[in-house]
Amino acid sequence: MTLGSWLALFVALIAAAETARALRQRGLKHERWRRFFRNRTTSWGLSILVFLVTIAIAAPLVAPLDPIVQPDPVHLKNLSPSWTFILGTDVFSRDVWSRIVYGARVSLGIGALGALVAVSLGTVVGAVAGYYGRRVDAVLMRGVDVGLALPRIFILLMAVALWDGLPFVTLALAIGLTSWFGTSRLVRAEVLSLQQRDFVVAARALGAGDGRVIFRHVLPNAAAPIIVSAALGIGNVLLLEASLSFLGIGVAPPRPSWGNMIADGASSLYTAPWTTLFPGLAISLVVMSLNAVADGLRDALDPREEAM
Amino acid sequence: MTAVGGMWLVRRLVASVAIIVAVVTFVFILIHAAPGKPCAGQPGEAADPVVCEQLIRQFALDRPLYEQYWRYLVALAHGDFGYSFSLHRPVRDALAETIPFTLQLAGAALLLDFVLGLGLGIYQAGRVNRLPDVIIGNATLFIYSLPTFWLALLLLLVFGEKLGWFPVGGPNDPIFCPVIDSAYCLFDRLWHLVLPAATLGLVGAAGTARFQRAAMLEVASQDYVRTARAKGVPERRVVLRHQLRNALLSFITRFGLAFPFLLTGAVLIETIFAWPGMGRLAFDAILARDYALVTATALIASVVVVAGNLLADILLGIADPRLRVRGGGELENVTA
Repeated sequence: MTLGSWLALFVALIAAAETARALRQRGLKHERWRRFFRNRTTSWGLSILVFLVTIAIAAPLVAPLDPIVQPDPVHLKNLSPSWTFILGTDVFSRDVWSRIVYGARVSLGIGALGALVAVSLGTVVGAVAGYYGRRVDAVLMRGVDVGLALPRIFILLMAVALWDGLPFVTLALAIGLTSWFGTSRLVRAEVLSLQQRDFVVAARALGAGDGRVIFRHVLPNAAAPIIVSAALGIGNVLLLEASLSFLGIGVAPPRPSWGNMIADGASSLYTAPWTTLFPGLAISLVVMSLNAVADGLRDALDPREEAM
Repeated sequence: MTAVGGMWLVRRLVASVAIIVAVVTFVFILIHAAPGKPCAGQPGEAADPVVCEQLIRQFALDRPLYEQYWRYLVALAHGDFGYSFSLHRPVRDALAETIPFTLQLAGAALLLDFVLGLGLGIYQAGRVNRLPDVIIGNATLFIYSLPTFWLALLLLLVFGEKLGWFPVGGPNDPIFCPVIDSAYCLFDRLWHLVLPAATLGLVGAAGTARFQRAAMLEVASQDYVRTARAKGVPERRVVLRHQLRNALLSFITRFGLAFPFLLTGAVLIETIFAWPGMGRLAFDAILARDYALVTATALIASVVVVAGNLLADILLGIADPRLRVRGGGELENVTA
């Protein structure tokens, strides 16, 4: 680690802690956000997420070494953590910390993109099915039934293994396209119950078009479950990407993703466990933080607590 | 079962078969649309082009897709899963050999998942926001977030390599117990099962505990629980008869959803622990572009998922009298 990267890391830590603190301070003024911050784990999760996103964006500053170049595969391979290589080096002599920092870009990027695709698609399909009902609903929901019965891991394995060398945006799309079925059911149920409500009937009576009713009146009121499933979705997509990369068919090396780092490390699990442990810890921390934030959001957006 | 319930069951069964056929069709199209020849072999392992042509002709892979599809469905209807050309044996034999291993793994994992998960969830719900609840809550949140394959490596490193308590892979001792023919060998199998099943079971149990805690608390705020307390029903009875019984209803739905999770986990866990189950078979089949084997494993997987849901709905119909009156109609309306 160079002095510069220590400094950048320090700044990122302070920035994350400060952001979470500032949000908490502001949030405590509102009843809803007080519920969000009620649980200590949620604040921790938020800080961890901000921290990881910060270092992913500022990767060149925080990472002391190049994540791909192999400096000396003979003498510098599988070194245990030290002041020079803070998390050790991997089997190809690359700095594990630098790879985790750059891997954050790939893993978080795929997680966010995949979840965005899944949640948008699920929301649109669910809303259309719930709103139009009858035949549209029947067709779409039978499709969703099939989608839920698809062995998703097999489908993804097939898609990724058979068309090898997919760029990682396509990988994120593939994961997103197989992950929206649950969300669409959730949104459909929500839309069905909202549709009978007076304000929706009133909007329609006033002559609002279908699109306007769906997007301006129905969906904003169904936002709570959508937001929660988005938070959980990022974690799920990230886990799927890691699993695929671990099996050797996700993000193609040498570009680091946390999943393929574990795959690289697994071959020297007993002699250099740090190459496996740290990327896995990174995945666990992100997913845990996202789950904690989702728990907080669920509390904050729960309409039943609103009434209390 | 009433006539209404019988009709409902028939309808659900027909729908389930339709879903499975749709899944098979989808997988069939997907794998045939993929680039590359079926007998290209593993990467880096060149197949003899003459043999390859012969295989393609022998299995009618040069015919139009619709004809292949029709042949496949007809064969399937006769219980014929086709022939695996990566393993050089009928798919049915390969499945028959690997499925028991996956069942053992999934069964053990499911047991740990439910026993530990339900126990912890119920225990936590009785001590909401007190120290034990907070500690277990954070622990389950963390374990629930672990990638299963990473936890597998972790357990392998600690309990397999460092402590040497459990074997690091394989389903049994290859020298003394190639087949299970004695009590010792049965023990040997269980001993080999500990790490893979614990990996899957622990992650599952953490999820179940979180779910069950929430379900118990949801029920705790219902009027009938307050009424029971108000009329002086002993606390133990309130928890067991009023709270738990109702919370278990939503647990049944979760039970149906546990199968896809186990299936996904099986692919990774079986690969790591060299467990010769269906997950690993499917993964190898995909890498080898073994059409018949891939489609068959996907078929089995979707049958498991659909059957899990159906089983959960049937159990729910039995457990929840409100559904019996309605003839077990739309379940979502009640749970939503």
